[in-house]
Amino acid sequence: MSVPRYWREEKSRYRLVGEECTKCGAKYYPKTPVCGCGSTEFKPYKLAEKGKVLSWTVIRNAPLGYERFVPYIVALLELDDGIRLLSQVVDVEPEAVKAGMKVEFTLRKVTEDGQAGLIQYGYKFRPIVD
Amino acid sequence: MRRVAVAGIGFTKVGEHWDRNFKELFAEATLAALKDANHMEIDQLYVANMMGAHLQGQLSMGAITAEAIGKPGLPAVRIEAGQASGGVAFHEAFKAVASGINDWVLVGGVEKMSDLLPEAVTSALAGAEEQDYTAYTGVTKTGLSAILHRLYSHEFGATPEEIGWFAARSHDNAVGVAHAQYPFKLSIERVMTSPMEADPIRMMECAAVADGAAAVLLGPADKIEAGIEITASTVATDHLSIAARKHPLTLEAVKKAATKAYEIAKVEPRDIDVLEVTDDTTIDGVLSLEDLDFFEKGMGAKLVAQGATTRTGEIPTNNFGGLKARGNPVGATGLYQIAETVLQLRGKAGSNQIPEAKIGMAQSMAGVGSTCAVTILRRV
Repeated sequence: MSVPRYWREEKSRYRLVGEECTKCGAKYYPKTPVCGCGSTEFKPYKLAEKGKVLSWTVIRNAPLGYERFVPYIVALLELDDGIRLLSQVVDVEPEAVKAGMKVEFTLRKVTEDGQAGLIQYGYKFRPIVD
Repeated sequence: MRRVAVAGIGFTKVGEHWDRNFKELFAEATLAALKDANHMEIDQLYVANMMGAHLQGQLSMGAITAEAIGKPGLPAVRIEAGQASGGVAFHEAFKAVASGINDWVLVGGVEKMSDLLPEAVTSALAGAEEQDYTAYTGVTKTGLSAILHRLYSHEFGATPEEIGWFAARSHDNAVGVAHAQYPFKLSIERVMTSPMEADPIRMMECAAVADGAAAVLLGPADKIEAGIEITASTVATDHLSIAARKHPLTLEAVKKAATKAYEIAKVEPRDIDVLEVTDDTTIDGVLSLEDLDFFEKGMGAKLVAQGATTRTGEIPTNNFGGLKARGNPVGATGLYQIAETVLQLRGKAGSNQIPEAKIGMAQSMAGVGSTCAVTILRRV
C-alpha cells in the first residue's frame, strides 16, 4: 500500500466520514465523485457509530495480508442512520454472531506491509455490551 | 445492423495445466475455433482475461496473443470486466461485426490461475471488488456470496441444503464431459459435509482454481452456412458493493441485461431450451436463475433441489457442469458457456444433448453481479 493512497482515506476510515449530496441529500460511504442525481456538490457527512448486523460470513481462506487473522467475521451492517457498509466484526466468536446484533465502531489494525512497511488501520465493529 | 452468427468454436480441457503457459492454451482454443469454422482470415482479435496482469504480470495481452497465434500485426485488445470478461468480450466482438466495421472477429478467453498459491489467487479474484472499502475489510468474493447466502436463507426460508443442491446438479451434468475439470458426480451429502470456505458456503459449493481457454469466431450471418445466430447480446452493470444496493438479493445487472436481451431477441424465458449461468458459488447460480426470470424470487433453491434445472427439468441448466464442475478459468468462462450453448444448438452435445434445443442463453457475471453479459443464440 502506498503512503499517499493510505493517507488520503485516513479521515474517512478513522472517523467514518462520508459525503452528503447538497442537492438531493443522498449519502455516500465511501464518497463518490458524482451523485446519482447528477450533482457534484457534496458536504462531509459523519456516519452513525452504532448499528446492527444484517448478515455475515466467516472468512477461512483469506487474501494476502489477512492470513494471520483467520477465521474472522465480515458483516453487512446497517448503521442507525440507515447507511449500510461492510466491516469486520471483532471481539466476538463466530458462533455468537446473530442477525440484528447491535454493534459499535472501533478503530483497529487491519493489516501490515511486512516487517518494515506501513501498519494499516481502519474501522471494525464490535458487539455493544449492555 | 447486420445479423451476426457463430462460425466456429474451440476450447481446451479445463484443469491445472502445469506444463503449459497462457499463450499455448490460448492458441489451442483459438486455432480449434478457426478450424471448426474452416476459416482462417481474421479482422480483429479480442482477448478476454481478468487476472493476467496480477498472476503473470502480463499486460499488452492483445499484441502478445495475436503473436502467439501466428498473426502479429492483427488489431487486438484485451477486454477486462472482472469475472464477466468472457461475456463482455463476446459482446464487443458481436458489436464489431453487427456494425459492419469488421467481418470476421475472433474472441478468445484465457486464464492461467494455477501459477500462484491460493492466497494470491484469492486476492486477485477480490480485485474485481472495490478495493478501498470492500476488499480492505478482508472479505473475499466467496465471502460476499456467503453474506447473500445467509440473507437469502433468512428472507425466503431456503435451507443450506436446498442451496447446496446447485453444486450437485452441476456435477451430474459433467459426467463424461471430456473438457470438464471435475467430470464426476458429487452427492449432496458430500457437498454438505465439506469444510466451510466462508460460512455458510462450503468448499464443495465453490468453483475451484483452473486454467483454460475458449474461443469463438463470429462473422456476418449471411456468409456462414449452418451458423448459430446471435439474436441478442447485452451488458449491464450495478453498484460494486452489496452495501450500496437497495435490495442486495436482487442482482440488478442480471435483471437489466436479461430484460433487454429478451426484448431484442423477442423471446421469453419459457422459450429458452438450454441455459448456462454463473455458479461461481451455489448462491450465485440460484440468484442468477431468479433474476434471469426463470424462477420467482425466493423459489430458486427449492426448485433446483427438486430438479427443475436437470436435463429433463423445466430449464436444463449448466449442461456440461457449469463453473463448479466444467470449471472456471475466469476470463475464459463466458466463452466456454457460449461454445457449449453452440454445441447444444448444433445438436453435437453427445450424451449431454438436450433434445430439440433451438434457443440457448448464456449469462456471464462478475463478482456478485457488478457486471453481467447475457447472450441469446438461435439455431437458424
